Amino acid sequence: MAIFDKFQQLAATRRAMAESGIQSINVVMDRVVSATEAVVNGRSLILAGTNNYLGLTFHPECIEAACDATRTLGTGTTGSRVANGSYSTHVQLETELADYFRRRSVIVFSTGYVANLGMLSTLAGAGDVFVIDADCHASIYDGCRLSGAEIIRFRHNDPGDLEKRLRRLGARIENTLIVVEGIYSMLGDRAPLGDIVAVKRRYPGAFLVVDEAHSLGVLGSHGRGMAEEAGVEADVDFIIGTFSKSLGAIGGYCASDHPDLDLIRYANRPYVFTASSSPAIIASTRRALGILSAHPELRQRLWDNARRLYARLQELGYRLGPEPSPIIAVRFAQREQAYALWTALIERGVYVNLVVPPATPDGSSLLRCSASAGHTPDQIATIGNAFADLKRLFGAASA
Amino acid sequence: MPTYEDILAIVTELIKPLAAAGRSIREDTDLVSDLEFDSLKVMNLIEQVEDRFDVSVPLNILPDIRTVRDFTVQLQAILGDN
Repeated sequence: MAIFDKFQQLAATRRAMAESGIQSINVVMDRVVSATEAVVNGRSLILAGTNNYLGLTFHPECIEAACDATRTLGTGTTGSRVANGSYSTHVQLETELADYFRRRSVIVFSTGYVANLGMLSTLAGAGDVFVIDADCHASIYDGCRLSGAEIIRFRHNDPGDLEKRLRRLGARIENTLIVVEGIYSMLGDRAPLGDIVAVKRRYPGAFLVVDEAHSLGVLGSHGRGMAEEAGVEADVDFIIGTFSKSLGAIGGYCASDHPDLDLIRYANRPYVFTASSSPAIIASTRRALGILSAHPELRQRLWDNARRLYARLQELGYRLGPEPSPIIAVRFAQREQAYALWTALIERGVYVNLVVPPATPDGSSLLRCSASAGHTPDQIATIGNAFADLKRLFGAASA
Repeated sequence: MPTYEDILAIVTELIKPLAAAGRSIREDTDLVSDLEFDSLKVMNLIEQVEDRFDVSVPLNILPDIRTVRDFTVQLQAILGDN
């Protein structure tokens, strides 16, 4: 088999999508007007597939902080922190995140993917075991794989199945890391973290890692995520997350009380061999973290929008993810249905994410909407109206 | 501990409802090219096997599995370790 032969199935899928007029993986935004609007092929679209949960990407204070940092510190760091040294702002962001999470220390990474890849591949090694939720993100699977540890999946959001697998490990439990997410990225459902922690407590020695990528700024009375919401922060050994969702930038972090977290920095190849975040990114992230902490009303607005859109789509008869969430997944048995509706939504001025297997958890295809605190009530109504219009046009085929 | 033949019989029985209609299942049957298994079906099969044998099957073995025989051999090794 020649090198490129293995991509031919992918090429066929892409051709089929192109023939159906689907350009979802090649969308080019000519202009981004605000956190919730862009222009694509001359058409104004409401952005409802961004993960921009708090709508901070155009916050004037974040933009000003980024511009100021670029003027004073330059456009990039041109190397890793281990080789080139840290900027004081990298260290300040780590301190601010540690204060925010009430943790002993934090490591900042260049992306959320690198945070998972780096932490998971370094924490565990040959002879250790990962027990991960089946619906975990690709970055978690990839980090586990890179570690060389044994990887065992448990059924999605099923603490009973997790317990069965921990029990089977016997004495190996002390070399075990359980990995779950706060909110799952495809269907928007939350982990039953209280129940998962109850299981973990019955198996002393196991560590718990929670990826709060989609729950930072979204859940908990201070926005710290699912662990705060469930009242189990003390039971979570490592919190991993991203700056590219509610904080509106790019980057990742790991927060922990473990006294040796800092050691991991030096053994962590994805950290050691990646250029550190640019001054602009660090500056806007620090400002966004301040805004997230000081303005709980943004969270309220996000949830108002999410609940309103979920209720509207549910009322229209669409098959949705299991609970209201800022991620609202509209599910289709056939990918052609999802293709058709995605295109029709674009024509009606609404952009959502088209997700097809194998990226989806149960083989269905999704139109994945994400609500934002930045959406106006009119925009939420327009998104709902577009789906209503399609329900009339496509009828039963749209559910 | 179950023999190779015992495990093969159970694996074959669990594969049958997941395989494309009319496909015969032998030891050298390739799960992907002969039975058209996608990743979802492979995971489904693993979960059923795990329930049946009360064992956890590590994902690390997947790159070594192409055929029904490969899967059975790996499963026998896992059961032997437990």
